[in-house]
Amino acid sequence: MSAKTLYDKLWDSHVVRQEADGTALIYIDRQLVHEVTSPQAFEGLKLARRQPWRTVSMLAVPDHNVPTANRAAGIADPISRLQVETLDANCAEFGITEFKMGDIRQGVVHVMGPEQGATLPGMTVVCGDSHTSTHGAFAALAHGIGTSEVEHVMATQCLVAKKSKAMLVRVEGALGKGVTAKDMALAVIGRIGTAGGTGYAMEFAGSTVRGLSMEGRMTLCNMAIEAGARAGMVAVDDITIEYLKGRPYAPQANLWEAAVTYWRTLRSDEGAQFDTVLELDAGAIRPQVTWGTSPEMVVSIDGRVPDPVNAPDAVKRGDWERALQYMGLQANTPINQINIDKVFIGSCTNGRIEDMRAAAAVAKGRKVAASVKLAMVVPGSGLVKAQAEREGLDRIFIEAGFEWRDPGCSMCLAMNDDRLAPGERCASTSNRNFEGRQGQGGRTHLVSPEMAAAAAIAGHFVDVGTL
Amino acid sequence: MQKFTLLNGLVAPLDRANVDTDAIIPKQFLKSIQRAGFGPNAFDEWRYLDHGEPGMDNSKRPLNPDFVLNQLRYQGAQILLTRENFGCGSSREHAPWALEDYGFRVIIAPSFADIFFNNCFKNGMLPIRLDSAIVDELFKAVEANEGYKLTVDLERQVIAMPDGREIAFEVDAFRKHCLLNGFDDIGLTLQHVDDIKSFEEKHRAAQPWLYA
Repeated sequence: MSAKTLYDKLWDSHVVRQEADGTALIYIDRQLVHEVTSPQAFEGLKLARRQPWRTVSMLAVPDHNVPTANRAAGIADPISRLQVETLDANCAEFGITEFKMGDIRQGVVHVMGPEQGATLPGMTVVCGDSHTSTHGAFAALAHGIGTSEVEHVMATQCLVAKKSKAMLVRVEGALGKGVTAKDMALAVIGRIGTAGGTGYAMEFAGSTVRGLSMEGRMTLCNMAIEAGARAGMVAVDDITIEYLKGRPYAPQANLWEAAVTYWRTLRSDEGAQFDTVLELDAGAIRPQVTWGTSPEMVVSIDGRVPDPVNAPDAVKRGDWERALQYMGLQANTPINQINIDKVFIGSCTNGRIEDMRAAAAVAKGRKVAASVKLAMVVPGSGLVKAQAEREGLDRIFIEAGFEWRDPGCSMCLAMNDDRLAPGERCASTSNRNFEGRQGQGGRTHLVSPEMAAAAAIAGHFVDVGTL
Repeated sequence: MQKFTLLNGLVAPLDRANVDTDAIIPKQFLKSIQRAGFGPNAFDEWRYLDHGEPGMDNSKRPLNPDFVLNQLRYQGAQILLTRENFGCGSSREHAPWALEDYGFRVIIAPSFADIFFNNCFKNGMLPIRLDSAIVDELFKAVEANEGYKLTVDLERQVIAMPDGREIAFEVDAFRKHCLLNGFDDIGLTLQHVDDIKSFEEKHRAAQPWLYA
C-alpha cells in the first residue's frame, strides 16, 4: 500500500460514493451549529418537510450575537435577540443539544466543541463558519461550509465535496521569546498570501508544531483559512490524547482504548507525497503585527509599514495604497511607533485558557496605558472564564485596567455591541483585519495575546520579549 | 434552485483583489433570519456614504459616487468582473445571496476563495475562473466600451465577446449538470440513501465511539 497523508486517511475513511469527475459524497460525523448561519437551513428543512438525519451528531451554541457585558439584561438589539431565539426554537423543535446563553458551557463554537470533546480525531467536522478549520488540530477533517450545505448535512449527513490538494507546512526549531502559534500562523500567511492555500488541505508538522499545546495547534489550524486553506490539520500524538481524556463527549470506558489505538494511526505515513511543501524555521519567526486590511499584510514587530513603491506588481501596489489610506498609516513608519486606542483579547483564534494565561502573565503588576480607551478580555467560553477565575487571572486583568467580559465572538466581528468607532485603532487577537471587520472604519492590527497585552500596557506596539 | 443556462448580460468591473465576504455583505445584515433581501446592502460600506443598519430605507441613503457599481453605466449589470481571491474570509452564504439579489448571476475572476466559490453554485450563480491576462483584457474592454456585454453559455462552456471571439472556461461536470437543470443538491443526495446507510453501518463498526 502506498504511503498516505493524514488528509488521505481522513478523506478515504469518509467517502460514501464518488462520481466520475471526482465529486464525492463525504459522511459528516459532527456538525456544529450557531445562530447566524443556521436559521435559513432550518427553514429549508421545514419547507421541504425533512428531518435531520442524525440529531445527535449536532451541537449548537449561540456565540456571534451574544452580549459580553450585563448579560442578565438579555440581548438589547431586537434583531440579534430574534436570531438567538430562533436558534433556541429550532434546537427545541428538532431535539438538538444546545448550550444556551446562560449555560456555563456556552462560548465561541470553536472553543466549545473541543472543550467538550465533541471534536475527536478521525472525525469529519463541519460548521457554517470558516474557522471550523480550528478543529483540524485534533487530526479531524474540519472545514467551514455555507448555509445551503448546513441544510444538506442536516438532511443527509453528507457533504458534496471534491478532494483538495495536500500541503505540508513544516516548522522546525524552537520559538523565540514572546513568539507564539499566532505568530507562526501569521508568518505562514505573510509568506504564501491569503490565497496561497486555496484548493489545499494544510497539514502542520515539524518539531515546533509537536511542541505546541492543543490550544496552540488550534490557533494554527484556525488561521489556515486566512491562508486560503479550508482545512488545517495536525497529526495525533500524546498531547492530543491527553487533552481529550475525560472530556464529556470523548469516548468513555471500554471504547476509549479502542479509540486511542485508532487515533494513533492518524498521521501522515513516512514518505507520503504532498502537492506542496513549505518549510519554516521557527527561530526566524519574530512577533508579528499586521499593518493592513488583509492578514497577509503583516510584518514583524521590528519592521516598518511597507512602502507601496516596493510592491511586487501594480495590483498589489493599489491594494497597499488603499490599505494604508484605510489604516491611516504612513509608509515606512516603524511598527513599534503605532499607537492604539483599543485592545481585544479573545475570539476562536485566541480565546482559550492558555491565551488568557499568556496575556495575564504580561498584564500582571502593570497598568493599561492611559491613552488606551478600552482593553477588553473576552474568554472563549463560560468554562474558560471559570477556569481563569479559579486561577485569579480575572483579578490580574481587572487590576491592570482591562475589562473582564462574558464569552462570545464579541469584537472579532462586532455583531454584538462590542465594536470600534470609525478611525479607532485596535490591537486584536482575532483573525481578520478586513475593512470594517471590527466596526465600520475601525482599524485592526492582528497580534498574539502576549503582544496585545503588551500593546495595552505600552499604548503602542512593542516587542513583548523586551517588556 | 434557479437554472443557469445562457446569459447575455452587462458587465460591471470591480478592480480590487482579495474582496472579502465582510465587504460583500457586512456583519450587521447577517442578523437576518431570511434568505432574501440582501441585495440593497451588497457592498454596503463602499456603496453608501452613511453607516447602514438593518431596517433602513436604503433608497433614501446617500450613495458613494466614487463606488464603481453606483455609476449609471453599470446599472442592471448581471456579470461582475473582478480580481484574485474574490470572496475570501467568512463562509457566510449571505455574500452570494446579496450578489444574486443585487442582480449578478456570473462572477469572473482569476481566482476565488474555496467556500465562496462553492456557495455560488448552490444559488444558481456561476463563478468563472479565467487567466489573469484575459481578465486584464476584459477590464480594458469594459472600461473602454459603455454598455459592454458578454454572453455566457454554460452548456458550451464559452463566453462570447461582442466581436464574436469566444473564451472557453472550466466547470466541474457535476456542478454544471446541477446548474443547467436547477437541481437541488439535497434531492440528488437523497437518491443515495442506501449508500449512506450502508456506509454508516461500516463506519459504526469501525469507530463505534462515534455512535456511543
